[in-house]
Amino acid sequence: MASSARTRVARSSPRVSVSGRPRAVLTFVGFIFLIFVVWEGSKLIGGTPWRPLGSVPGAGVVFWDPPLQWDFANDLNLPHVWTIAYALGQPFQRGVPGTLAEHLFGAAMYTWREAALGFALGTILGLVLATAFVHSRLLERAFVPYVVASQTVPIIALAPMIVFALGQNVMSVVVISMYLTFFPVTIAMIRGLRSFDPRALELMRSYAASDRTIYRKLRFPASLPYLFTALKIGATASIVGAIIGEDTGSIQAGLGRIISTFNSYYITGPEKLWAAILAAALLGMAFFTCVRAVEHLALRGRSLEVAA
Amino acid sequence: MTEQGAAVVQLSGVDKTFFRGDQPVTTALQGIDLSIRGREFVSLIGPSGCGKSTLLRLIGDLVGPTSGKIVVNGKPASQARRDRDYGMVFQAPVLFDWRTIADNVGLPLEVMGYDATRRTTRTKEMLDLVELSDFGHHHPWQLSGGMQQRVAIARALAFEPSILLMDEPFGALDEMTRERMNQEVQRIWQQTGTTIVFVTHSIPEAVFLSSRVVVMSARPGRITKVIDIDLPRPRNDDTRETERYFELVTEVREVLRGRGVAPGDPDAAAADGDALASLRRTQAEGAVG
Repeated sequence: MASSARTRVARSSPRVSVSGRPRAVLTFVGFIFLIFVVWEGSKLIGGTPWRPLGSVPGAGVVFWDPPLQWDFANDLNLPHVWTIAYALGQPFQRGVPGTLAEHLFGAAMYTWREAALGFALGTILGLVLATAFVHSRLLERAFVPYVVASQTVPIIALAPMIVFALGQNVMSVVVISMYLTFFPVTIAMIRGLRSFDPRALELMRSYAASDRTIYRKLRFPASLPYLFTALKIGATASIVGAIIGEDTGSIQAGLGRIISTFNSYYITGPEKLWAAILAAALLGMAFFTCVRAVEHLALRGRSLEVAA
Repeated sequence: MTEQGAAVVQLSGVDKTFFRGDQPVTTALQGIDLSIRGREFVSLIGPSGCGKSTLLRLIGDLVGPTSGKIVVNGKPASQARRDRDYGMVFQAPVLFDWRTIADNVGLPLEVMGYDATRRTTRTKEMLDLVELSDFGHHHPWQLSGGMQQRVAIARALAFEPSILLMDEPFGALDEMTRERMNQEVQRIWQQTGTTIVFVTHSIPEAVFLSSRVVVMSARPGRITKVIDIDLPRPRNDDTRETERYFELVTEVREVLRGRGVAPGDPDAAAADGDALASLRRTQAEGAVG
């Protein structure tokens, strides 16, 4: 809706320009570096005595003995950053070919496929529900409370029920991902599909446009900023859903299983769980970034690009 | 344009009452009789709340009358809307910010199923008409308010509607831009031969543009007087300095204030400007609530 109000906003806050992107990357790198400093800094002050990489705990040369002993900073609770990096290059498991990094990458791709399918289906479900709700106040009043109530059930409680109903297969993982995605899409689109300028509706009516044309040419395009806000939430939520679903549904190939296995054997290799968590985080960020890239393309040229 | 055709808009005994539930809340218009001929430029002027925008929306079938008859191009207003006889321009340009300027102008053509070639040609013609040919690939936010409003006019005229309904189209613009836009609208009106119904708050604007000015009074909205504007065309900046122009501006102003109407006319008291209108509105709402 380009009313003059929007134009004014656009003038006073220029869009994210190309020169703004390196700065964002720099901020990100700076932030990662800060985490590194805090992480290794606490180990420097209160960690386990520092030993060379690959040596057995408790043996070998000690080249730094921290003055304090903090539980949270010992090698079991907070392994060295380089220990995690080193573990990524080590074999995944004795007798299994491939490094940990390769296996994590493969598992992440597998999880991503499940999550993406759930995300796509959840988006469609959310769009269908929101479209129905904005066209019928009756449906909206009758069903929106249930849509909201559905999200008050913890996913941990719901996941086993879905697995029980659909079986231990990929489908139940997809459904759990979908369940976490459709909600933000539905809620955002109920608003988004009504976010047009009311005079634009009069304009369309003066063209004798059908409801379908009004949806295609006005309601839907006007709602896109809302849709993408929801999709960015849905992207990360769908990954979380897939990991939980894999764990509950005993899917062997994904990140969920790896995380729960490394969790069980934490004592023998804390850095492996950390590496798997890192992989899950990177996967979520990558999916988010993909959605954001599509958003930038789709909203190109509008007066207000969604900033974050 | 001295040549004028038969009546294209005919309102007889039109009332409009707004309801909240079953309760009548406001009588927006009462007993409206108005006939607008083809190629006329008719302005509706009156205090806030006199129902001039409602009258425009009634003609355009965006709201329906409570009683009375509205005939447009020889058929009911609703049929005229379905036949796409109306172009609408609002106070805000209401451009779609996800579309370029050219695509905004082409919007009604897309809705009406013009093929791509005809759409491109027609869009180009329209952008030429409002002198924005170089801005087709821009997005709305890159244009000034006056330019955006010209795009809105181009969009309204793109499908060659026989009637252009303009609801305070220049109300948000500064005085200088407004006067330039008035020239522009006059030129477009003369070039296209469209019948224009124009709602405005501005007396000079109404006098400068119109062939007839319909002066309205508030609560309930009625037509107080219809004043013929016999200034020669084309009108320009010099027109604004002629004696006849001042006389007409004065006449419209006096009718708005309730003078120049026969004493004892009940409408005379009701037409006493915005202050009284809003006072009456407050009272009316108080009575309802």
